[in-house]
Amino acid sequence: MNVREIFESMDYGPAPEAAGEALAWLDRHGRRFGHFVDGAFTAPGETFATRNPATGEVLAEVTQGSAADVAAAVAAARRAFGRWSRQGGHARARVLYALSRLLQKHARLFAVLETLDNGKPIRESRDIDVPLAARHFLYHAGLAQLLEGEMPGMVPHGVCGAVIPWNFPLLMLAWKVAPALAAGNTIVLKPAEYTPLTALLFAEICREAGVPKGVVNIVTGDGATGAALVAAEVDKVAFTGSTEVGRRIREATAGTGKALTLELGGKSPYIVFDDADLDSAVEGLVDAIWFNQGQVCCAGSRLLVQEGVAERFHAKLRRRMDGLRVGDPLDKCIDVGAVVDPVQLATITRMVEEGGAEGEVHRAQVTLPERGCFYPPTLITGLSPAAMLMQEEIFGPVLVSATFRTPAEAVQLANNTRYGLAATVWTENVNLALDIAPKLRAGVVWVNATNLFDAAAGFGGVKESGFGREGGWEGLRAYLRPARRGPRLAPRAPVAAPAEGGAPAGLDRTAKVYVGGRQARPDGGHSRAIWSPGGRLLGHAPVGNRKDIRNAVEAAQAARAGWARSQGHLRGQILYYIAENLSARAAEFAGRLRELTGRRGEAEVEAAIRRLFTWAAWADKHEGRVKGVPLRGVALAMTEPVGVIGALCPDEAPLLGFVSIMAPAIAMGNTCVLVPSEPFPLAATDFYQVLDTSDVPGGVVNIVPGSHAELGRVLAGHLDVDAVWSFSSSDLSAMIEREAAGNLKRTWVNHGRGRDWAGPEGEGQEFLEAATEIKTVWIPYGE
Amino acid sequence: MDTSTKTPAAAAAAAAHLPQVGHPRNAGMELDLDWVAAVQANTSAIERRCATLPGRRTVKKEWQAAWLCRAISLIDLTTLAGDDTEGRVRRLCAKARRPVRADLLAALGMEGLTVAAVCVYHEMVAPAVAALRGTGIPVAAVSTGFPAGLSPFRLRLAEIGESLRAGAQEIDIVISRRHVLTGNWQALYDEMRAFREACGAAHVKAILATGELGTLRNVARASLVCMMAGADFIKTSTGKEAVNATLPVSLTMVRAIRDYHERTGFRVGYKPAGGIAKAKDALVYLSLMKDELGDRWLRPDLFRFGASSLLGDIERQLEHFVTGRYSSAERHPLA
Repeated sequence: MNVREIFESMDYGPAPEAAGEALAWLDRHGRRFGHFVDGAFTAPGETFATRNPATGEVLAEVTQGSAADVAAAVAAARRAFGRWSRQGGHARARVLYALSRLLQKHARLFAVLETLDNGKPIRESRDIDVPLAARHFLYHAGLAQLLEGEMPGMVPHGVCGAVIPWNFPLLMLAWKVAPALAAGNTIVLKPAEYTPLTALLFAEICREAGVPKGVVNIVTGDGATGAALVAAEVDKVAFTGSTEVGRRIREATAGTGKALTLELGGKSPYIVFDDADLDSAVEGLVDAIWFNQGQVCCAGSRLLVQEGVAERFHAKLRRRMDGLRVGDPLDKCIDVGAVVDPVQLATITRMVEEGGAEGEVHRAQVTLPERGCFYPPTLITGLSPAAMLMQEEIFGPVLVSATFRTPAEAVQLANNTRYGLAATVWTENVNLALDIAPKLRAGVVWVNATNLFDAAAGFGGVKESGFGREGGWEGLRAYLRPARRGPRLAPRAPVAAPAEGGAPAGLDRTAKVYVGGRQARPDGGHSRAIWSPGGRLLGHAPVGNRKDIRNAVEAAQAARAGWARSQGHLRGQILYYIAENLSARAAEFAGRLRELTGRRGEAEVEAAIRRLFTWAAWADKHEGRVKGVPLRGVALAMTEPVGVIGALCPDEAPLLGFVSIMAPAIAMGNTCVLVPSEPFPLAATDFYQVLDTSDVPGGVVNIVPGSHAELGRVLAGHLDVDAVWSFSSSDLSAMIEREAAGNLKRTWVNHGRGRDWAGPEGEGQEFLEAATEIKTVWIPYGE
Repeated sequence: MDTSTKTPAAAAAAAAHLPQVGHPRNAGMELDLDWVAAVQANTSAIERRCATLPGRRTVKKEWQAAWLCRAISLIDLTTLAGDDTEGRVRRLCAKARRPVRADLLAALGMEGLTVAAVCVYHEMVAPAVAALRGTGIPVAAVSTGFPAGLSPFRLRLAEIGESLRAGAQEIDIVISRRHVLTGNWQALYDEMRAFREACGAAHVKAILATGELGTLRNVARASLVCMMAGADFIKTSTGKEAVNATLPVSLTMVRAIRDYHERTGFRVGYKPAGGIAKAKDALVYLSLMKDELGDRWLRPDLFRFGASSLLGDIERQLEHFVTGRYSSAERHPLA
């Protein structure tokens, strides 16, 4: 076309980014790569091709990592760990700073290589992925610098195994490598099989940055390689990817003691109220679901529009979709690039074919390239919550939509999902926005914006979107553990019945199951005799069963929303009141403890009162933070209760252990189902009388005595329990973690190790963290 | 008082150069206060969209040259200075007729390219009309007590008539900012209605002086009210405010135009003015119009740049395209 013709047509012409440097880099490596282990590339082994999804061309051959390859990399990381972790935060900060700068210096090379390998538009890799990755390293250079002063008593895990997805290959690498290194760990990272190239380029710059040998290792391969890495001798596993694989990793690591964080799928709601700036909300959807071809775990993929504006909003949206430019990802004037692989394209196509008929499908009126993996931006309106496409993650440029009538209904629909990664709210009403944000069950909420990310702001999900946060101080904690390791716990058996036991002194007392603020006889109708070490019958403890747990969880769920909303002041006051009422009966409880354990009980009662005071104090003091993100606005890190916590209480401290679990849980706004000390349950059943006199709302604390193994399994497998803790002296950790995979509930287990419940490790930061989730609420502002 | 009266000759000339010949002229509508009240503009979201626009859209090589030529064809070449003289205005008009060196236009195959209009104060209308006779390039007059719009209403209306009689075919009026700042939409509507009537067949551009309206929400609402009152164009600025055309303001106004078109079927033009000095800026504005409103808004009947120094930068870029060498301002004739 000549200038005059274009002057008339006013078309956009081609604006290709040059790929020469990136291809030359591939050529320098002979287009064949081994792994990066112990500071050097290994010779390529059995290889597979990585392709450019926009053209189908093979970019390079990379090595399929074997279990032996993984073991060699882990061994290298292990060798490097001691020196690296002892080097001190400042030394690590220098390396992380250099990595950040090197990412900037090679920004274009990284961006082009990413686009070649992944198919995402060059605008995104250039303006979003690479700058965010560089920012992540810089931010974590700072955390490394400050760590020792700010987080005393914490040490790195050791060797981290990271498995990352193909949608943000370099950025997800940064999210794993930067905090791992900042905390003093070494790492073995497996990039996704579709997109290994920027990780290999990163390996190369690690050498330029002065990363010591073995500190960063990259092993390429498919899912089998990832499974081998998870199974290898690593101390911590960090995974970003599908919920399905996340569940398998949860099961595979159960009971191994490997720390685990999972960042999984989502079906994130995008709520548009009728007073929103509709045009801006439409534009937000371009960033929500047509960013990275919709292959974003936190994509606002489920549009919920208030009924009165739905028609107009959809019309605006269809018009905007038709203006999107789909095509060569290396073109600087393209909005939507290529889907990562033909397999993914086939999945998207099939899902829309199967589920689209339930609604009305609009495919953007755009021309697609003749070859390559392209899918048009698609909107499906008129779906009901029951529609398959409203529930299942599509992971493509497909937006599904439904309408709502009221804010309450919007929240209900938004939370009607197994996932809980992110949510977006559009309204010009600050009252509405700030009311809705805490009610959405998601790790991240964006108000009048979407897909904002920053290294300082935690990112991660709740429910089946996984657990753990990436970014911020909270993200760093996932790469650290307390220096202390408790002693091995010996299982505590109940006092055996004597050959000839005596009758209890005084009138018979009846301990029951405590559910929903009421005492109930155990469903199974069984009780167990409790004997003193001296052979005296102390009474009978109810034997709870799965139905008692079911009832207790229902009661805890019924109480959850109200208790979570209650003020910290109120929760604190109730905890003080519990302490007061326990104090009034201190002698009685001390006597009971002596009967149960044969030890003097006064100290334990006093410690329990002190602990209640501690958590009463924390109830209104576990503040969130305001994050310093590069934005005119605030990113609030709000602490929220986890929800319903099921816990197996310590066997060895029947009262103090019980209180040490209950108090932080309810102080932070959770409701709980507690299985008391298995050998010494009567201290806890006595305790519900204290609760009854202390204004604790029914259902906030539920007590089901019984077998830790049996009830722990029911709690861990229960799909309406949000977290399960086990401090049982029976080592149930593996079972608990495995069963928890069902709904990916958070777990906190002792791996058969004890803790000194009377000392500082019986309270503090670990408990605060386990009892809360951090929700990041992004609120840009400006008029 | 019939301020729309003008000479038959002027009316005929105006008809010959009607900017909006391809579509029905905006007839306006009753003031719809519910609609005005419902208008929202989320500043930070609008700014984010604008911040990513230059990264999302670009044109290279022939496309860039063609788009820059298009930008020239959309310029209201402007002088609005207290020291304007007839001689100065004649020079400007000469530049308007031949905005780019002939050899460059020949190399581009763009012979005959002119700017869209020349924009001057009332006293300069007659010399400009004379200098442009036979070119088909219309003269626009800034009017109604430009730039503050605070002279007596009667005189502001009369000024429109004077400029029409002097041969202006387009009138750039200024609105009373106080009506926006106090939320007196009825007063703004009535004022704009009166200006529109006074302009008769001449096309009226409503200057909102967005830099003085305080918020983007006000910009959106004022845009809507002026369109309801029959504005043919809405324009950002006089060039005299501290802040003139910006991308966020433009996006806000352009979205208002789109909404108005969707609901009434009338196309209203857009003119950013002041502060657009670089070729690259002009390309971003063209992308904004193309993506938000469509190709129809890339023609002089619906889009203008109010600019004085933009042309000079475009000329240098065009020479670079033709020769492959970076150019110098001194190689291009002055206005």
